[in-house]
Amino acid sequence: MKTLKDVECGKTAKVVKLHGEGAVRRHIMDMGITKGCEIYVRKVAPLGDPIEITVRGYELSLRKAEAEMVEVE
Amino acid sequence: MELRIALAGNPNCGKTTMFNKLTGSSQRVGNWPGVTIDRKSGKIKGTDAELIDLPGIYSLSPYSPEEIVSRNYLIDERPDAVINIVDATNLERNLFLTLQILDTGIPTVVALNMMDTVEKLGDKIDVKKLSEGLGCPVVPVSALKGDGVDDLVKTAVDVAGNGKAPVPVKFDHRIEDVISHTENAIRGNVPNELIRWYAVKILENDECVLGQHPEVRSSVSGPISELEEEYDDDSDAVIADARYGTIAQIVSSSVTKAKRDEKGSLSDRIDRVVTHRILGLPIFICIIGAMFLAIIGYGDITGIGTYFTDMLNGYIGDELMPAAEQWCADNGVSDVLTGLLVNGIIGGVGAVIGFLPQMLVLFVALCILEDVGYMARVAFVMDRIFRYFGLSGKSFIPVLVGTGCGIPGIMASRTIESERDRRITAMTVTFIPCGAKLPVIAMIAGALFGGNGMVALFSYLLGIVCVLISGIILKKLKSLSGTPAPFIMELPPYHMPSWINVLKGTIDRGWAFVKKAGTIILLSCVILWFLMSFNTSFEFIGTDATTDSILQVIGEAICFVFQPLGWGDDWQLTVGTITGLIAKENIVGTFGVLYGIEAGENGEGLEAVLAAALTPAAGLGFLAFNLICAPCFAAIGAMHRELGTWKATGIAVLYQCLLAYGVGMIIYAVGSIIAGTEIHIGSIIAAFVILAILVYLLVAKDPFRQLGDREAAA
Repeated sequence: MKTLKDVECGKTAKVVKLHGEGAVRRHIMDMGITKGCEIYVRKVAPLGDPIEITVRGYELSLRKAEAEMVEVE
Repeated sequence: MELRIALAGNPNCGKTTMFNKLTGSSQRVGNWPGVTIDRKSGKIKGTDAELIDLPGIYSLSPYSPEEIVSRNYLIDERPDAVINIVDATNLERNLFLTLQILDTGIPTVVALNMMDTVEKLGDKIDVKKLSEGLGCPVVPVSALKGDGVDDLVKTAVDVAGNGKAPVPVKFDHRIEDVISHTENAIRGNVPNELIRWYAVKILENDECVLGQHPEVRSSVSGPISELEEEYDDDSDAVIADARYGTIAQIVSSSVTKAKRDEKGSLSDRIDRVVTHRILGLPIFICIIGAMFLAIIGYGDITGIGTYFTDMLNGYIGDELMPAAEQWCADNGVSDVLTGLLVNGIIGGVGAVIGFLPQMLVLFVALCILEDVGYMARVAFVMDRIFRYFGLSGKSFIPVLVGTGCGIPGIMASRTIESERDRRITAMTVTFIPCGAKLPVIAMIAGALFGGNGMVALFSYLLGIVCVLISGIILKKLKSLSGTPAPFIMELPPYHMPSWINVLKGTIDRGWAFVKKAGTIILLSCVILWFLMSFNTSFEFIGTDATTDSILQVIGEAICFVFQPLGWGDDWQLTVGTITGLIAKENIVGTFGVLYGIEAGENGEGLEAVLAAALTPAAGLGFLAFNLICAPCFAAIGAMHRELGTWKATGIAVLYQCLLAYGVGMIIYAVGSIIAGTEIHIGSIIAAFVILAILVYLLVAKDPFRQLGDREAAA
């Protein structure tokens, strides 16, 4: 399974499914990461984590642990 | 009856600016019940309507305290209307909340903010089409400039007055079938006007709603699982997808986007530099360094904040207090009252208020960094380090501010969204040596270590280590446990600071501090003055006489507590520690009085008596205890404000004192062994027991809950 964590910096990926559960999963959906939407990985923080992505036209940061819940194509 | 209108919107959408614009100076700040979130309200200018500012949220899901407070207000107290502020430059995500608000059936007006930025980008938004798509009025505004605000107020008062429910935005018919099926199942059990809201929340597997109506889920489980099968996803994800899908349709029919500049916006270009993979950290250190240089200063450079604080302290000590004393003498006020007024109240509260200018300047700097959007980037850059110790990158700001003064440090913890991280941070910030602790460090370094600068370095390292190990230990406490907060955070575009927001933010925080100084700090100072100025027969023995005072008796009575730390029979050390609660630099002054020596600001002159009273190892332990134990009253007051209850504050202070005692003991024992100085065998044993307990707390998975279970079993 390929996840958002595996997407290289500067690449775009399409969301297939959300894994995980409860508040974190819900929060990810609320922030606009849903099935079929495109995510552009902008950059990685100086110490390697978290990452910054562009989703639905705005900038969002999330940790790699959370990016792992997002399955992508 | 007066109208109640709620103001809702995402964080960073200009909600605070709009609230300030709409209510002007008529604001009242309280607390939402049960949580430490500000509840702001005020009269909308030119009307009778009351505006209630809901916390900034992204969704009405039942997880964060902000979300729960907002939805409870909308559902249980049902305002007459909602003004939903929407960032026009980021419509899709902002409308996610809007659609949920519309489901409640409360008359709603959408305020389309930042239209000027949209126009600058060359985009066009067809307001009429957007309004048709959402089924509620849409008013373009600029909260910053005040454009469209009158129109917004008029529309909001209109819809609130006629009470017409908005037309809910519908999903595709397959989902709507299941929603109406669910509506039929709950009809009669919930208020009619909220029926769609409840039905949609049941499909979203909303824990709160399902908890209230557990029978419903089973009665609609058939249609829901059919839906889940058809969409190959859980029903909550189906709803979220459908909501974003509907929004995408509405947006694409009403917004025409211009072609973007290849290089990206100015904000993008700034961001590329300040969070750069290699340059990010150095730039961050430079910004913070410059901030502290400007506020506190270094070496020969006097910071702005320090300048004004010195000026105010000078005024209180050299003019206000003598003037008050003179006035008392002229008017025949008794010695007792004069002492109470001049030394107890003016001296004590003055010592605390003296920090105000420094804090205000610091607040201005922090408000600007926050308003500009840099704080989110700091958290982004620092998260990796702090997460290792169970905190998030956002905890770094308070710790940093705490090196200047613990009080604004504690207050800065308010910007941390996760309740758990916020509380842990507020409880541990004061471990970092603040400005007032520097004289104590200098005194010990001078008296026992020949003024070695390593003592100061040791103090800062000790503070940081204590913050980090406390992060690990405290998150194992039941009340502070729970899944670690996720770090899913919006990085808002950079923009020029709004000076009104900066000013208001500074004044709000400063005023909260002044109020504390006028109540709890005042009371504490009066009590301590009484203990210092009266003997056990309650006879006045002269202001701050301290010798033969009740405080000395107390000091003598409890100094045995500190004997295992190598403080010997010197009750003066104990009393100094107590007076340090007014302000830590008091420790130096108190020693001067108690040992009868005219001591300098950094304890010059006290070297001989301290060297006689303490071995170097005990001195280092004494310093550690005073750095880590309960902070000054002002900081305890600030902690109470962030923690919410006196019980939680008490636990925090107790934790700090216990940790201080343990760390002091360990340093004393280890130091004595290394230096080969005299130490009682009991202290060594105790130190190793404490060390073992600390290691156990750090390593054990669940030390506190096991203890709780054992108590329950007994």
